[in-house]
Amino acid sequence: MLSQVESHLRSDRFPHIWCPGCGNGIVLAALVRAIEELGYDPDKTVVVSGIGCSSRAAGYLDFNTLHTTHGRALAFATGIKLARPELEVFVLMGDGDATAIGGNHFIHAARRNIDLTAIIFNNSIYGMTGGQYSPLTPPGKRATTAPYGNIERSFDIAELAKGAGATYVARATTYHATMLEKLIVAGARNKGFSVIEAITACPVGYGRRNKMGNGLQMLLWQKEHAVTVKQAEKMSPEELRDKIVIGELYKGEAPEYTAMYQQVIERAQKTTGQ
Amino acid sequence: MANVSAAPKTVHIVVREGWCKGCGICVALCPKEVLSLNASGKVAVVNPDRCTGCGRCEIHCPDFAIGIEVKE
Repeated sequence: MLSQVESHLRSDRFPHIWCPGCGNGIVLAALVRAIEELGYDPDKTVVVSGIGCSSRAAGYLDFNTLHTTHGRALAFATGIKLARPELEVFVLMGDGDATAIGGNHFIHAARRNIDLTAIIFNNSIYGMTGGQYSPLTPPGKRATTAPYGNIERSFDIAELAKGAGATYVARATTYHATMLEKLIVAGARNKGFSVIEAITACPVGYGRRNKMGNGLQMLLWQKEHAVTVKQAEKMSPEELRDKIVIGELYKGEAPEYTAMYQQVIERAQKTTGQ
Repeated sequence: MANVSAAPKTVHIVVREGWCKGCGICVALCPKEVLSLNASGKVAVVNPDRCTGCGRCEIHCPDFAIGIEVKE
């Protein structure tokens, strides 16, 4: 319900800066509904973001928020969680912020399995800085820095997260906004590093250059190209080539970093007799 | 299914025109043609009686500009 969502917004900052049809607001709304569903105390909820269009999201939320430097949201969030493990920490990043500038922080947060919930707004481009290609721009797509089409292969955020050690990995699109909300809830409940990739439309920086239409058309494109994990199981790699697999992609078990660190503190205190 | 016609719902549509950027997502996704864009390109409720309270407009609005409140 909008009134419940609004109670967690800094309404005096609206309307927000995002372009007409940009999907970032849909992801933000799903996050707020998820936090509402989780029933977290707003005073014990922290939202950390990096730099980019999507990272402006933290500034619109009435929780403890931290808008940090480019690519370093996870580094700041790691510090917060280590110092105050009882806090619920969400980390909002764009695709470039998380996997290029912050690529090292991303793999090491996953490797440590620290109890953070990372939401990556994947719009396939650097929107704020002028439409440069990111590690998530698909091959062949155009960007201001790839006027003849991108020649690089793109990352698969989910595979990257899984390979690096994350214990919850999921993906949804802004068209599947309710699924996105449920996946954020499940990710937050996982005691470890959780990654939720949100496929979102950038109609101005990406869609226009790639003739994908406006925000609405890009939203409908997501609907047409998404297949659930269950559907994907019955499809060949050929059939899956231009598809986006959505749902819970991986759940694993591993020791959680702050819990391990607490054991170190206890061992050290025992040794020194404090 | 039991009680299909029982308990009529009261649906209240809240629009915050000042936050709307006129992307038209809500208008296109509404299954009952409840919404339209007005002369200023902002969302307008044109057929409130048809609203079933499904909430597709609200969850897909990128601008927090429309909300559905359902009272059973």
